[in-house]
Amino acid sequence: MDGFVIFINQIINGIQVGSIYALVALGYTMVYGIVKLINFAHGDFIMVGAYVSLFSVPLLVRMGVPAWLCIVLALAACALLGVVTERVAYKPLRNAPRITALITAIAVSLLLENLCMLLFSSSSKPFPTVFNKSIFNLGGVQFNSITLITIVLSVISMILLQLFVKKTKMGKAMRAVSEDGGASILMGINSNTTISITFAIGSGLAAIAAVMYCSAYPQVNPYMGSMLGLKAFIAAVLGGIGIIPGAMLGGFVIGLVESLTKAYISSQLADAVVFGILIIVLLVKPTGILGKNIGEKV
Amino acid sequence: MLKVENLNVHYGAIHAIHGVSLEVHQGEIVSLIGANGAGKTTVLHTISGLKKATSGTVTLEGLDLFSIDPHKIVQHGMAHVPEGRRIFSEMTVMENLEMGAYIRKDKAGIDADLEKIFHYFPRLRERSKQLGGTLSGGEQQMLAIGRALMSQPKILLMDEPSMGLSPLLVKEIFHIIGQLNRDGMTILLVEQNAKMALSIANRAYVLETGNVVMSGNARELLEDDKVRKAYLGA
Repeated sequence: MDGFVIFINQIINGIQVGSIYALVALGYTMVYGIVKLINFAHGDFIMVGAYVSLFSVPLLVRMGVPAWLCIVLALAACALLGVVTERVAYKPLRNAPRITALITAIAVSLLLENLCMLLFSSSSKPFPTVFNKSIFNLGGVQFNSITLITIVLSVISMILLQLFVKKTKMGKAMRAVSEDGGASILMGINSNTTISITFAIGSGLAAIAAVMYCSAYPQVNPYMGSMLGLKAFIAAVLGGIGIIPGAMLGGFVIGLVESLTKAYISSQLADAVVFGILIIVLLVKPTGILGKNIGEKV
Repeated sequence: MLKVENLNVHYGAIHAIHGVSLEVHQGEIVSLIGANGAGKTTVLHTISGLKKATSGTVTLEGLDLFSIDPHKIVQHGMAHVPEGRRIFSEMTVMENLEMGAYIRKDKAGIDADLEKIFHYFPRLRERSKQLGGTLSGGEQQMLAIGRALMSQPKILLMDEPSMGLSPLLVKEIFHIIGQLNRDGMTILLVEQNAKMALSIANRAYVLETGNVVMSGNARELLEDDKVRKAYLGA
């Protein structure tokens, strides 16, 4: 029975960290879907979101408003950062070879990390309490309010995103541009606007992920986004890069695998297993779980 | 209505279009015929702003199309049915048609036009919930035409609507093109199927390696010896 409780606890942990991966993976996959670029700076957007929250919480508390409103500020800051990054760094390269844009993305990532180190030093800073931590107990299975909030908030974000993409005119335009940019122009769709909105949403999701991640692991440093970003990227590839439900699925799978590996095999091996998944996906089904096995369209 | 003057287009160092001029008047079907690689699609892409011209002008009812953003052209009443249909295959038939009406906000008008398109193409109504990619080639062509019509164009550019279709379907598509024209649509039609294109058009231009080599009344071109030899296999 104890074994079962531990197992359920690991599943809950896995879903918690998985929903964070899923939120981040959505940013990778949406951007890839529309501009065919792996935005390697995306992980660092999480870091920026974390710092914005870190600095805004004391201000919010002093103003007498709830600390969790830092999510709104982080979301706005990351959305803006995403849009500006695209305009400044990626848009001029839209017709350049893909590798050029990819290298630029890595450069943006390094720039953000080093800029942050210069401004706030490389040492970790403790993240303030945003959500009150209360512990629930359901038949021996223990979990805290942060776990619950993370899962609920992520699922709500994903449902809203799915509704946006499926039901709204802008969401449909986004899918149209992602499938055929030229034909979208003929429909009168402004692809620049659509791409900006995609970056804003993807980066905004990273901000939500940042606050949830820092609430669970309350430390902020300039490099916190790179590993988290990398794992979320693997989640996006696992689910099928460019496919929105794939990113969600991939996120949860990676979260569960990581959590179960830590519990039952070895916590040191957890990262190796996750990266092993990337290798297996690339070998067996490079288009991901939900991807179709078709050749690249020319 | 549509006027192309002295158009030059380059792909890198390659001079693809050499000073092409053509004109489409209100209510006409004008065909642009020529062999593979003659530059027909390039001309259409340049008119629609998908390809930048090196020099020359394109005006739609006096409006310089090179002076506006490509995505804004459709707002001025010109729609383009691209080569290879290029429907959104991961979106439903209905969503494809909605994308055609992207620039419009008049819900009632959009619904009325949707009915009109389902009247032209009853099969699209049956398949409205299906993904575009699951349609047959002929149905996809119908969807591409329907999608273009949803923007309420005054002039329709059509690029190779017969491509890859069976003779029976080609006939059906051309029948619809004729019907659209009788209902008042002005059409610039690019075709490799010169016989069909000339028999439906009022006037035509013959494009050879980026030059207009002949132009005139479509019926006369259909009888012309050079045209018959080069394009009609007679």
